[in-house]
Amino acid sequence: MATVAVSPTYAGTESGEHTGLWSWLTTVDHKRIGVLYLYTSLFFFLFGGLEAVIIRAQLMGPNKTLVSAEMFNQLFTMHGTTMVFLAIMPLSAAFFNFLIPLQIGARDVAFPRLNAFSYWVYLFGGLFITLPIFFNAAPDGGWFGYAPLTTRQFSPGLHIDFWVLGIQILGISSLAAAFNFITTIVNMRAPGMNLMRMPMFTWMSFVVQFLVVLAFPVITIALFFLQFDRFFGTNFYEIGAGGDPLLWQHLFWIFGHPEVYILILPAFGLVSEVLPTNSKKPLFGYPVMVYSGILIGFLGFGVWAHHMFSVGMGPIADTVFGLTTLLIGIPTGVKIFNWIFTMWGGSIRFTTAMKFAIGLVALFTIGGISGVSHAAPPADLQQTDTYYIVAHFHYVLFGGSIMGIFAGIYHYFPKMFGRMMSEKLGNWHFWLNFIAMNLTFFPMHFSGLLGMPRRIYTYDAGQGWDTFNLISSIGAFMLVLSTAIFVWNFFRSKTHGAPAPDNPWDAATLEWSIPSPPPEYNFAEIPLVESRYPLWDLTHPERTSEIPHTHEGWGDQEKAADAKPVHIERDRRSAKELGIPMPTPTIKPLFVAAGIIVMLSGLIFIHKDNKTAAFSLIAIGAAMIIGFIYAWVTTPLEPEH
Amino acid sequence: MSASPALDHIEAGPHGHHYTTTGLDSRKIAVWAFIGSECMLFASLISTYLIYKGRSVVGPFPHEPCSPPVCATALKPILNIPVTSASTFVLLMSSLAMVLALAAVENRNLPKYTLGDRILGSSKLWLWMTCILGATFLGFQSYEFTSFVHEGLSIRTNLFGSSFFTLTGFHGAHVTVGVIWLGTLLAIDYKRGLEPGDAINVDIAALYWHFVDVVWIAIFTLVYLIK
Repeated sequence: MATVAVSPTYAGTESGEHTGLWSWLTTVDHKRIGVLYLYTSLFFFLFGGLEAVIIRAQLMGPNKTLVSAEMFNQLFTMHGTTMVFLAIMPLSAAFFNFLIPLQIGARDVAFPRLNAFSYWVYLFGGLFITLPIFFNAAPDGGWFGYAPLTTRQFSPGLHIDFWVLGIQILGISSLAAAFNFITTIVNMRAPGMNLMRMPMFTWMSFVVQFLVVLAFPVITIALFFLQFDRFFGTNFYEIGAGGDPLLWQHLFWIFGHPEVYILILPAFGLVSEVLPTNSKKPLFGYPVMVYSGILIGFLGFGVWAHHMFSVGMGPIADTVFGLTTLLIGIPTGVKIFNWIFTMWGGSIRFTTAMKFAIGLVALFTIGGISGVSHAAPPADLQQTDTYYIVAHFHYVLFGGSIMGIFAGIYHYFPKMFGRMMSEKLGNWHFWLNFIAMNLTFFPMHFSGLLGMPRRIYTYDAGQGWDTFNLISSIGAFMLVLSTAIFVWNFFRSKTHGAPAPDNPWDAATLEWSIPSPPPEYNFAEIPLVESRYPLWDLTHPERTSEIPHTHEGWGDQEKAADAKPVHIERDRRSAKELGIPMPTPTIKPLFVAAGIIVMLSGLIFIHKDNKTAAFSLIAIGAAMIIGFIYAWVTTPLEPEH
Repeated sequence: MSASPALDHIEAGPHGHHYTTTGLDSRKIAVWAFIGSECMLFASLISTYLIYKGRSVVGPFPHEPCSPPVCATALKPILNIPVTSASTFVLLMSSLAMVLALAAVENRNLPKYTLGDRILGSSKLWLWMTCILGATFLGFQSYEFTSFVHEGLSIRTNLFGSSFFTLTGFHGAHVTVGVIWLGTLLAIDYKRGLEPGDAINVDIAALYWHFVDVVWIAIFTLVYLIK
């Protein structure tokens, strides 16, 4: 039966409600939650981009007065915080949510309500940390909030309180999601899907969840220390009491460095899906790609003090961290080579997704090269706190993460929404984006090495920086145009795009074996997996003949899971028809998330010396949290069957 | 509640469980992941305590006395090892009670012949014991905190005060959450009884409880015992 999806069909409720605000507020379907993450994070991406554009307008020429120094501090702080925590991480989460269950042959994640909870906490936390800029109270201590600058003494006012509490809230969201996805990937794979048969995106996401679990608690403690210093007068960052001026930096970067691998690995995973599909070849060196991903995650915990080469840690610490930083370039470089060898000898199809994926390979390499130059402490002493560093991380985050995410969006849009994006507009988006990105960030290598410091709101003429800044700003305005084309393409294609077939890219993995968009139950029959490229086994067996195919891992699971050999499903039925019980939608996760925001907002009032408001909000918030958690855990996930 | 609700439709396997890749309940795996994050949480707290050891500018100090001019009046070392050893013992015994509570739930339907069998097999008794011992530990902690404040050590006094109260306070908060969790299980046991099918819920509470106990052993050793 042909399925032409005219409008997206997301998981319905028992009553058959498919649309309407309530169905979105109560959804526990991973596909819908993924779409919610996608919309919200794209919005924050635009907002963070706006902050960047204002920064670039201010820095377009010397001695401009577009914004004050104080507002400039808020702008660069919020640009960084927004892009890291509210844009890139949740864009990755959109893919974790939508894709992981589909790629492993599952019907949902392990804990669907916890999944919804993670999203609502992200949304409310994002609003909590973003809205203050409209009251001139936005965080202004940099996205890394160094203490003692951010202690009460040097940062009176509410700016840093919003930052500290906001990041804590967002940490809750990420941690809950990490527990969910680790359990999902460990415990809910289809029979035969052993770890070395998982798609690369799922593998990279798996590594990322472990990074989240191990890194976020460290920043949680760093933030608690700062909170306690600011609210309760403790001494963690008080130099006068003997506090170590470096404590914050160590704790922050023990989190912060794994964080940047959290930002890049999902994009790597997406590229590893797009490149083989559009080269009509299996990924080159799949096991090495897995091991290098794991090694990057592991080594990522051993390099943090390369952010601190200028603080005077001493020659031994500097040397050790310089060495480990050089070392971590190796597994990363290995991936670049494997992607190139994947394309070599393949039959390349230049879809928009493919262009962005190749763009990542090129631009991330440039960012990696400047990264290697920072690894040597003596070199870094000149580079640190200059625009040379800004150039590096924008190449790896924009040229890397964002390009990879765009590749993922163009590649998976048909599966998510049942429509094709416009390749013509995609082409314009890609080329404008590629040129503009390089125009914006390449000159920063030069202005940085010529001494232009970071985080300055203006500069005098005649230091050799003027032209470079002008070019960067022109590039930034071009980025606005290219992003506008993308946004137009995205929304127009949702309603007017050509209906998408189930497997428009002739790809190999399980998510392409079901209709676009997938029905609420994902798979009518759970597949039995016998290789890494289950669909190519059916459609292009000559491509995968060299890869081992076994029935290893089937065993009793075949019967226990009531699974059938890999097959293509074109029918769109309802879960009820098929007798598949679906989780009941519920508003409770949203209210627990709201309770958290209410409670932490109360803490802000302590700082305004309004004890009544503070304690009432804390009490109401706590009551909401406890009450709705109680209701949540005592309600079964699915109706009795 | 089932092992992995999203795969519920699948035929039950020989044990009556629903299908999972590992054969384990998903909640158990989630709790282990959660415990992993808690390890890093307490590692950060403990590391900070150790980094700040001996660096307080003013007293009171944990293991040394404090004499003028550093302190206004002469102060004894403030930690009370014998008393804290007793509370540590109490917490360790609570882990024993937890093990017995889990065993009692799992073996609920086995016949009980002797008085000893009935004592060991009473899930209510052992859940009560775990809660009471945990609450006793918390009682010791609040006694210790208030006596320290009376002796001139608050969370704001010096680096030792800040790092000590934050570390042990976080631990105490975790114990409190555990006591409430166990109290809830106890309430369910009174209301409808905990069947062997509920053992998974007691099991994950037990995992959390033992973890909190292990953290205390680390804290007791590094803060109290090592000078």
